Amino acid sequence: MEFRSNTSPHITGTGSVPAVMREVLYALIPGAAVFCWFFGWGVLVNLALAAGTSVAAEAAMLRLRGRPVATTLRDNSALLTGVLLALCLPPLVPWWIPVIGALFAIVVAKQFYGGLGYNPFNPAMVGYVVLLISFPFELTLWPVPNAMAGNGPGLLDTLRMNLAGILPDGTAIDALTMATPMDTIKTGLGLNQTLSEIMSGPAFGAYSGTGWEWINLLFLLGGLWLMWRNIIQWQIPAAMLVSLFVFALLFYLSNPDVYSSPVFHLLSGATMLGAFFIATDPVSACTTTRGRLLYGAGIGFFVYIIRTWGGYPDGVAFAVLLMNMAAPTIDYYTQPRVFGHRRD
Amino acid sequence: MPDQKAHLHTCPGGLVLPGNKSVSTALPIVGPVIPARLTLPLQQHIGGPSNLLVSPGESVKKGQPLSIASEYISAPVHAPTSGTVVDIGNYPVPHPSGMQAQCVILETDGRDERFQPHHGTEHYSQLEPYNLRGRIREAGIVGLGGAGFPTPVKLNPGPGREIDLLIINGIECEPYITCDDMLMREAADEIIGGLQIIRHALQVRECIIALEDNKPEAITAIENAIETSDNQHIRVSAIPAVYPSGGERQLIRILTGLEVPTQGLPSDIGIICHNVATIAAVYRAIVEHEPLISRIVTITGAGVVQPRNIRALIGTPISELVEQCDGYTEGVERLIMGGPMMGFALPSDHLPVIKTTNCLIAATRDEMPPPRPAIACIRCGECARACPASLLPQQLYWHAKNSDFDKAQDYKLFDCIECGCCAYVCPSHIPLVQYYRYAKTEIWALEQEREKSERARRRHDFRLKRLEQIKQERAQRLQHKKDALKKTVRKDEDPRKAAIQAALERVHAKKISSGDVAKNVDNLTNEQSKMIDEVDRRRSKKQDSPRETRH
Repeated sequence: MEFRSNTSPHITGTGSVPAVMREVLYALIPGAAVFCWFFGWGVLVNLALAAGTSVAAEAAMLRLRGRPVATTLRDNSALLTGVLLALCLPPLVPWWIPVIGALFAIVVAKQFYGGLGYNPFNPAMVGYVVLLISFPFELTLWPVPNAMAGNGPGLLDTLRMNLAGILPDGTAIDALTMATPMDTIKTGLGLNQTLSEIMSGPAFGAYSGTGWEWINLLFLLGGLWLMWRNIIQWQIPAAMLVSLFVFALLFYLSNPDVYSSPVFHLLSGATMLGAFFIATDPVSACTTTRGRLLYGAGIGFFVYIIRTWGGYPDGVAFAVLLMNMAAPTIDYYTQPRVFGHRRD
Repeated sequence: MPDQKAHLHTCPGGLVLPGNKSVSTALPIVGPVIPARLTLPLQQHIGGPSNLLVSPGESVKKGQPLSIASEYISAPVHAPTSGTVVDIGNYPVPHPSGMQAQCVILETDGRDERFQPHHGTEHYSQLEPYNLRGRIREAGIVGLGGAGFPTPVKLNPGPGREIDLLIINGIECEPYITCDDMLMREAADEIIGGLQIIRHALQVRECIIALEDNKPEAITAIENAIETSDNQHIRVSAIPAVYPSGGERQLIRILTGLEVPTQGLPSDIGIICHNVATIAAVYRAIVEHEPLISRIVTITGAGVVQPRNIRALIGTPISELVEQCDGYTEGVERLIMGGPMMGFALPSDHLPVIKTTNCLIAATRDEMPPPRPAIACIRCGECARACPASLLPQQLYWHAKNSDFDKAQDYKLFDCIECGCCAYVCPSHIPLVQYYRYAKTEIWALEQEREKSERARRRHDFRLKRLEQIKQERAQRLQHKKDALKKTVRKDEDPRKAAIQAALERVHAKKISSGDVAKNVDNLTNEQSKMIDEVDRRRSKKQDSPRETRH
């Protein structure tokens, strides 16, 4: 009898890239839902626009590059990039903001480098940073959290605002938006206010900004689920959070009137989203165990530096991109000792 | 209970794989059945081939050597039963490449007559170690765990190497395989007997029998056998079932915490490892005077009706073993020799069982689906987590794929044991091991090429040196001649003669400097003319061999 032959190993595990990406998307659901709860329908509009643009751009680029379109799209990576970008954007931005961001992320940051697996920088963060630098005003269009303002604009109003730029009757854009907590702190400190004065304002909750603490906690929850599912490893998030905590603690202890508490830093802005979903992007991160610890710690360090002394209120995107640059070098110098070799 | 107090060490990487073991352990070992025809390849081991001792038409008896080891690392092949040699020639053998090799075809007569009267001995402790090694060598015993390295070589660690630990490897970490498990359950006393022989041959006291903690029956059987044999210094160590902890280096690390140096052997750190089936074969060879003519083979997988373990004569066609398992099931699609992780696919079942055939898996499509299309590496690092050698498989893949072999070697390509863990976990379904095999073969080829050109370069350098030497010798000889002539002139004290001589010498020197050699052979001494003859001879030789001069 004759048999089909292949080379070993003849059995394989069940893991696959589409499944990995899918699980990451699932893990984002609780955080995204709470984000939506606090900041309104605009989150969903952004998600739809960014994800749709990402997938369409990926399909177009694959076609142009002569790569299989349908099978590659099924890896869900473009969808995830779009979703991550949308979760960084203020919910009241005009429609072209997520579209431009997603286009840049997929076309330039991903496909120009060769597509999935070849991009040295996190595409979603490249897209976000391009928007942040090019359209600084639009990127401040954060609405007043619903928890404070009662119910925000409904779905139809949001659609009209984001897609057509038509504000609901009798409102001004200033009435709908407010500075984010970290922006408020930055401005307040510039006016020589102490932190306790600033944080007694209505934008702050128990530990950090109203709403933001919950959003961060739920992204943390999703991240822990990913760890439990063995989709991500603990090193990058743990190192990033510990390093951010330690730097924040050192400065907080030196002068609590000027430097925010470490807990504030952990539960503010994009900390948890960054630690579990963005810094852990395998393509652009470090791959060795020790390298991942250094990489995560580096991100935590830069996040603190940029938040405290930089020109932007949050620094996760910049910190991740800076460490993306360092990743190959870190990987090179943190190779594990090979079995049977002496430690050199 | 096995020695739970003994501290186990951890090994990097590894996988917990679905075992699929119980399907083939339900029935006891059967056999051997004598088939009508046996195909016996002359090379079933690592090392030099064995040299043929028989010719077609010759009738042979059970246990008669058909070939003899050609060198130190080699092993003979024996007739598994009595019969007639009907052919000697190239036949397909089980090999990853599907190649053909020289085989003895034996038509059996069913009488199963012994070649020599039984002269096995239970008093092996009265034999010298070298004597035991000789008997094991004559019995053609090789490592039965899969590699097929000649056992007597491993019993001779060489001068200056003290062996202080013997490890008996009962780990079957690959899924499906159960032949060692069944052997330990059914013939634990043979294993303990073989262990004592090997211990005597190696003059080593401490011994660990290692098996996986998911083999309770085997553990009990081995412990009972140790108890009845009243042995000291044998420890049974049950280790967690993680693939590939049965690899020699991995097992040593788990049991002792020591790592065998990358280019070294276990004996470098005072340890020798033998597989349980190998030492059972040693027992049979020494005590029962039976060379390695049969082995236990696991026939399993959803592709056979009744998976089980069979003691098979070496050379038995695989198709006959499958018949003993009531044949194939409908969905059978693949046939693997060895385990599903490191075994290789056989193109057909018209191939013989050889000494290293531990397992045959007839698999259906569900069990071993065709490889899924590979997509880009996302650098998730799962492969690095699974790698038992602590390599960075994704980097190796990258460099192998780009044929950047220097870089691949920087990342220690040759420490890869091709266990397949990386490819198993890869979410992009990249056939990583294939890339490493490709890179290794390319590097070997390049090295051979380099060695060749290095040899040519050395030869060329040597030739230049030799030519230079000849030139110098010639100049020296002429100088001697000149000096001798000068002396004779001074003796004569004749100014006219001296003037002529001086003129001659000037001409001579000019000729030398212009590369021409003096041809005035008028008044030469015997010695001088001899020298000149020699020079002429060399010169003509040089011209006769133009190939040499062309370099």
